[in-house]
Amino acid sequence: MWLRQRLRRLLGPIALLGPAGLWLGLLLVIPTLLILDISLVPGLRPGEPAAGYGLDNYLQILQPVYLRVIARSLYFAAGTTSICLLLGFPVAYWLALKAPRRWRNLLLVAFVLPLWTSSLLRAYAWISILRPTGLLNLVLAHLGLPTQAWLHTTAAVFIGLSYSFLPYMVLILYASLEKLDTRLLEAAADLGATPLQGFWQVTVPQTLAGIAAGCLLVFITSVGDFVVPTLLGGASSMNIARLIYNQFLGPTRNWGFGSALSMVMILAVSVAIALLLRYGDRSSVSET
Amino acid sequence: MPSLSCLRHRIPWLGLFALLMFGGMYLPILVLAVYSLNDSRYSASWQGLSWRWYRLLFDDARIFSALQDSLIVATGAVGISAVLGTLMAIGLSKYYFPGKALYRGISYLPLIVPDIAIAVATLVFLASLAIPLSIWTIIAAHMVFCLAYIAVVVSSRLQGLNPHLEEAALDLGATPAQALLKVLLPQLTPGIISGCLLAFVLSMDDLLISSFTAGGGANPLPLEIFSRVRTGVKPDINALSVLLILASGLIAAIAEYLRFRSQQQQAPPP
Repeated sequence: MWLRQRLRRLLGPIALLGPAGLWLGLLLVIPTLLILDISLVPGLRPGEPAAGYGLDNYLQILQPVYLRVIARSLYFAAGTTSICLLLGFPVAYWLALKAPRRWRNLLLVAFVLPLWTSSLLRAYAWISILRPTGLLNLVLAHLGLPTQAWLHTTAAVFIGLSYSFLPYMVLILYASLEKLDTRLLEAAADLGATPLQGFWQVTVPQTLAGIAAGCLLVFITSVGDFVVPTLLGGASSMNIARLIYNQFLGPTRNWGFGSALSMVMILAVSVAIALLLRYGDRSSVSET
Repeated sequence: MPSLSCLRHRIPWLGLFALLMFGGMYLPILVLAVYSLNDSRYSASWQGLSWRWYRLLFDDARIFSALQDSLIVATGAVGISAVLGTLMAIGLSKYYFPGKALYRGISYLPLIVPDIAIAVATLVFLASLAIPLSIWTIIAAHMVFCLAYIAVVVSSRLQGLNPHLEEAALDLGATPAQALLKVLLPQLTPGIISGCLLAFVLSMDDLLISSFTAGGGANPLPLEIFSRVRTGVKPDINALSVLLILASGLIAAIAEYLRFRSQQQQAPPP
């Protein structure tokens, strides 16, 4: 009797959480454990027999050529995050505090609408603008300014990444700025603070959690982006996602090394998210 | 009489900047649209209006078979994920059990871990079980992130619901299954649909996970587009882009409308 009651109590949770849990376990948890496993097998190529465990793949990451790839990925991500913050903050501020109240929601939706379109096609669109005979050089030539090669440069990668992730930044900053207590700004002004002082001492501290969440989200997504560096960057814009891609589908074919790179990436992202959840404002994360 | 410096102060710099950024967000899309109607293949300058790229596109059997593959994957993955993701969201809101934080954390992983890592893991898994790659393996892999997104959207809708309605149904003699199907589910429908639309768009857009799990068995649209545009500008892809962007714009509009309506329903009475 007692056992039956207990089983009945378990029936609900198992029916609701079981199927999805099974799927995530099968196609997310076990695969992640598997890449951890093969990342520890030196020099594994498809079809090759495993030859004992070792940290060789992780040590390979420490070679200067691969450290440069990681440094470049971090540089792309840091640059993109800064650009998105610099461009996104004024937009989010205007949307949350200055835009006509009844249009705010609609304007926000309009700003993030491009997020719904294919990221691949958005990157591709920039090729039409940045290529040697593209729109940008056409305009420059008309203005009598020197034209140059924009495509396959670092600048093109920054443009593409910032364009892709700016809506995320605006979305998160908007959620944070919307809650800003503007009475504090008025009080600061009454007490003689300049607008700039008010901004640094009232607005920024109050929205710091949102700024942190937005920056982290943009950083993480841009550090692992594959499409933009591949389409808009040149041979010298190899980043970590392209490097991993090459270990599996490209000419290099080294699954062990590729898995080690993936593990490092998963670990770094998980640590960053854990830190944000531990020390950041949870609501600013969950609202996105 | 306003002085000059006062006038200068009236210029809404912030608004102008925001307007500029709005323009920037739509500029690339606009450029694609204009070029898709440009008769010239190579030149960036305007050579006259033409539908030829659209005609070329509609004669392209490869594009249509790729679109078909993408639609099969997206509908399949979203359809199954809608059920599993909704059940998961309800389960997470209802029950407390040891390991719940871990379960929730794992279910959120696909939202934050870069696609490339998920793609790699899935490929290694499928290879180690010697499962042949096909359209089914793509669906299985897409389900992982579709599940996560649908669960998140449904969870946020669940938080705004009145829990007493379900309790009332149970008090009035409904079985738990009846309460779920007849009381909770109808209230969740807008959330489920908008979650599904989001997952659908993400599935149609996915390049990396499809690349790793397709093998030669299927060729979803993003793979076809990627292999073509790697080598430069293709005017018929401009035309395709415009059509796809219009389609996703429509889906986004529906999703936003549903979200807006459900927010209004949830708004507390004044």
